[in-house]
Amino acid sequence: MKPVRFDYIRAGTLAEVHAALTTGGEDARIIAGGQSLVPMLSMRMARPTVLIDIMHLPELANIEVRHNAIRVGAAVRQAALLGWPELAERQPLLARALPWVGHAQTRSRGTVCGSIAHADPSAEIPLALLVLKGAVELSSQRNRRRVAAEEFFTGLMSTARKDDELIEAIEIPCSTAGHGYAFNEFARRHGDFAIVACAAIARKDGVRLAIGGVADCPTARDFPNIDGDALDDALDDFAADLEARDDLHATADYRRALVRRLGRATIEEARRCRA
Amino acid sequence: MRSRMTTVATSWCGQSVERVEDGPLLTGRGRFIDDLGVRPGTLHAAILRSPHPHAKIRAINAMAARTAPGVAAVITGAEVTAVSGSLVVGVKAPIECWPIAVERARYVGEPVAVVLAGNRYLAEDALELIEVDYEPQPAIIDPLAALDPKQLPLHEGLGSNVASERSFRYGDPERAFAQAAHRVSVTIRYPRNSCTPIETYGLVAEYDANEDAYDVLANFMGPFSLHAVMARALKVPGNRLRLRTPPDSGGSFGVKQGLFPYIVLMGVAARVAGRPVKWIEDRLEHLVASVSATNRVTTLEAAVDAHGRVNALAWDQVEDVGAHTRAPEPATLYRMHGNLTGAYDIRHVLVRNRVVLTNKTPTGLNRGFGGPQMYYALERLMQRVAVELKLDPVDVIRKNLVPSGAFPYRTATGATLDSGDYGKAIEIALAQGDFAALRERQKTARVQGRIYGIGVTAAVEPSVSNMGYITTVLTPDERRKAGPKNGAQATATVSLDPLGGVSVQVASVPQGQGHRTVLAQIVADALGLKPSDIRVVAELDTAKDAWSIASGNYSSRFAAAVGGAAHLAAEKIKAKLARAAASQLNVAVQDIEFAGGRARARGNPDNAIAFSRLAAAGHWSPGLVAEQNQALRETVFWTPPELTPPTEKDEINSSLCHGFIFDFCGVEIDRMTGAVRIDKYVTMHDCGRVLHPGMVEGQITGGFAQAIGAALYEEYAYSSDGAFLSGTFADYLLPTTTEVPTPLILHIETPSPYTPLGAKGVGEGNCMSTPVCLANAVADALGLASIDLPMTPVKLAAHIHAAEKSARSRA
Repeated sequence: MKPVRFDYIRAGTLAEVHAALTTGGEDARIIAGGQSLVPMLSMRMARPTVLIDIMHLPELANIEVRHNAIRVGAAVRQAALLGWPELAERQPLLARALPWVGHAQTRSRGTVCGSIAHADPSAEIPLALLVLKGAVELSSQRNRRRVAAEEFFTGLMSTARKDDELIEAIEIPCSTAGHGYAFNEFARRHGDFAIVACAAIARKDGVRLAIGGVADCPTARDFPNIDGDALDDALDDFAADLEARDDLHATADYRRALVRRLGRATIEEARRCRA
Repeated sequence: MRSRMTTVATSWCGQSVERVEDGPLLTGRGRFIDDLGVRPGTLHAAILRSPHPHAKIRAINAMAARTAPGVAAVITGAEVTAVSGSLVVGVKAPIECWPIAVERARYVGEPVAVVLAGNRYLAEDALELIEVDYEPQPAIIDPLAALDPKQLPLHEGLGSNVASERSFRYGDPERAFAQAAHRVSVTIRYPRNSCTPIETYGLVAEYDANEDAYDVLANFMGPFSLHAVMARALKVPGNRLRLRTPPDSGGSFGVKQGLFPYIVLMGVAARVAGRPVKWIEDRLEHLVASVSATNRVTTLEAAVDAHGRVNALAWDQVEDVGAHTRAPEPATLYRMHGNLTGAYDIRHVLVRNRVVLTNKTPTGLNRGFGGPQMYYALERLMQRVAVELKLDPVDVIRKNLVPSGAFPYRTATGATLDSGDYGKAIEIALAQGDFAALRERQKTARVQGRIYGIGVTAAVEPSVSNMGYITTVLTPDERRKAGPKNGAQATATVSLDPLGGVSVQVASVPQGQGHRTVLAQIVADALGLKPSDIRVVAELDTAKDAWSIASGNYSSRFAAAVGGAAHLAAEKIKAKLARAAASQLNVAVQDIEFAGGRARARGNPDNAIAFSRLAAAGHWSPGLVAEQNQALRETVFWTPPELTPPTEKDEINSSLCHGFIFDFCGVEIDRMTGAVRIDKYVTMHDCGRVLHPGMVEGQITGGFAQAIGAALYEEYAYSSDGAFLSGTFADYLLPTTTEVPTPLILHIETPSPYTPLGAKGVGEGNCMSTPVCLANAVADALGLASIDLPMTPVKLAAHIHAAEKSARSRA
């Protein structure tokens, strides 16, 4: 479990990050908290030739509210966001989702944007970003762009980020008065990646449910205000469309059953929060 | 720390004195193998492992690796067979067991080549340059498939994949079955799992060509019977394999027994390279290929009378030891042979034991060692007896127990249950654990529509293994030819220095248990000193220390055997000092007592001499000591006479001591997810005399946690084609602190008459009792006749979600 040889750049400026990414291309990787990347390096599943450390750029370490959205910089650790005093008020869904991310120890190192970049299909932060219709801010030497979460996650651990781009921040819309938010997940153990994770937003005219852990990337669907069997049928359709797979911890069938049951429980919880 | 020990106590044993081990361990000052420096020039090894469960190796091209930066040598099967021999196996079968694949790889993770380089990074880089031409072969994964004589044998000489088959008959089981009012049976498939110590294997091996001698520092744990296996494989006499252990070892639970093939492998590597070799196993290597408990398919049938009394058992056990019968296998199967009737008075037993080879990692020691597999069958069976006869499971246990007052009790298969009062232990547990309230709780939960079950389990916990039990795998005739094997020799040395300091050295090879603390208590008690007056060294050097084949840390032997040997050694020293004191104090020897750091006349405490002065005399003026042997150093080799070899009728007293456990629990199963929540767990133990209550609680709590892992989370899973599925800790799930509730631990103490201190082992019991107790509760909750481990949410949900209709998702 020793990584392949690599160069390490401790970036002092954003320009330096961009230059290193441009030079390194697909062989360069950003390292932030390292909670996913370092094990992958050790197992030689990731073999970058250059690592660019962005944790010493103060401009990336900010949490701020702009245009009714929480902007979280690339160097903000998960624990820092969880400990941000305004979090529960600004976005209760995020406040509920973050304690499910790993353990206190991994959250104290892992970054919010690192989880977005890694794009594990079971991860909570991408799921929250998707259900809340957040966006990802990407920057490179060439340009700067903003990609909606729905377009950002493109498949199993793959994203719309280009090789020379840095995820500079994510933007998470603040909560809307009169909306109800809920988050639930089931994992084998506390702190594990979810077998099924559910995030729901209840509005006056309907509900939005996003599911993690089942499809290749988190998936959201909007439902009208239905209930009873109609909601069961709609969830059943959603579950079937997610193309669940069997793995060591759960069967596809089991995952679908949880989408129906936990999904419904989460929707109901969101509705109660709205009321 | 020391100041707390100044209070005068009548006995240090029985108190939870502060552990001398904890200071360094809690402040990062432990000295584990990877913390110790190595000599300049030491090479670092990395191992290329087979990705195939079964493949012929047509060629290995290591040219590029040999010339890679920093690489000193590449070792393959050819180099290993050139200078060493196959590891001796425990059955009479033509099975070769090499520490590296020789012409054929038989499990995923089997070593195929070793790269030795200037550091581990370079060694791993070079591994990628080795080209192996594999010819994949069909893999046998299911142990029942391995019984099929049409399957190709994994070892050519063997003719089939059954490495051993024996049948046993005790009493008159056929008649008992013929007369039985009921026959109840269970079939279980016990999965593979392991106790995964936090510190993996590690060693530094060196070869001295001038003396043709190996010197290996390794976090090996014994049994040191394997020293003989290693020395023979390395083709040197035992005194030319010097094996040493580091001061600290980070857990083992049996697992570090499995290090021994690597000691041979790296010994050969050091010899070939002409330089010392260090190897630290990484976690990926550990999970895929260190060692595993056996998986086993058991069919167990009971002949039961109309009232739930079990009169006979018929065992059919198919033991899967993986790709080799690596020593000491098939010991997992035979460790419990004397205890096949558990805590019960059952006089008629049939046994059919088959040991099969499959394309999986070879098995070995693992906490519980055969007990989890055996009790899972026996205690599931007892629960089924209750269900099928519509009886109270507790009553079924009560009705069948070895009766109070029947001890020592010889079981049908030959174990002598040394002491106990099983009925009393159960009644105390039911009362103090408030079993009646648990039943009420279940009733209430069920009224509320919740899924709630109760499990009960009784178990006898064997400790201090008879080194001869494994020979039960041989026929009486084969045993006669091989010569008798038996006993459980423990060693301890107590010595006094010229200032009166007491040093203790043992061959117990601890991995964090606290042996040094307990030995200080024991010796302090014997000599009238404080534990802080005693210094214990527990690392072992086979070239300098007293040891024997039974040395090591396994079969819960420390408190009973090693602690006992230290007590006896201290008593020998004390007798010598008492004679010296008697002559100086002018009293009879029998009137000398040791207390408060002095030897004194009984009844006249002012007539006394300091312990240190007595000790000093033997050094400064040995001529004045009227002893044949003036040395104030005593080594005791102790073996219990009760541990005799198997009889002609295959009766075997497989262990010296037998503790008792009675567990009960309440579990709730989540209707939505199928997850098990342990609502309440009570575990009653009788482990004889308790030497250190805190450590006993630690042992029980740790075993309980690992048992929860086995019950609910852990499995070394293989796909049907032999791929290994549990290669990381994201796949092989250990329970963490949030998954382990706090059990209620209860005790009674019936001292063992066979051990010097009356102590019995306690370390493995919950690994035996807890998985099946939880399974009995889950079976009760869901009304299942059959349930195998691990009891995962997906497995249980299938019984809950089954009725659900979902047209699209079921298409």
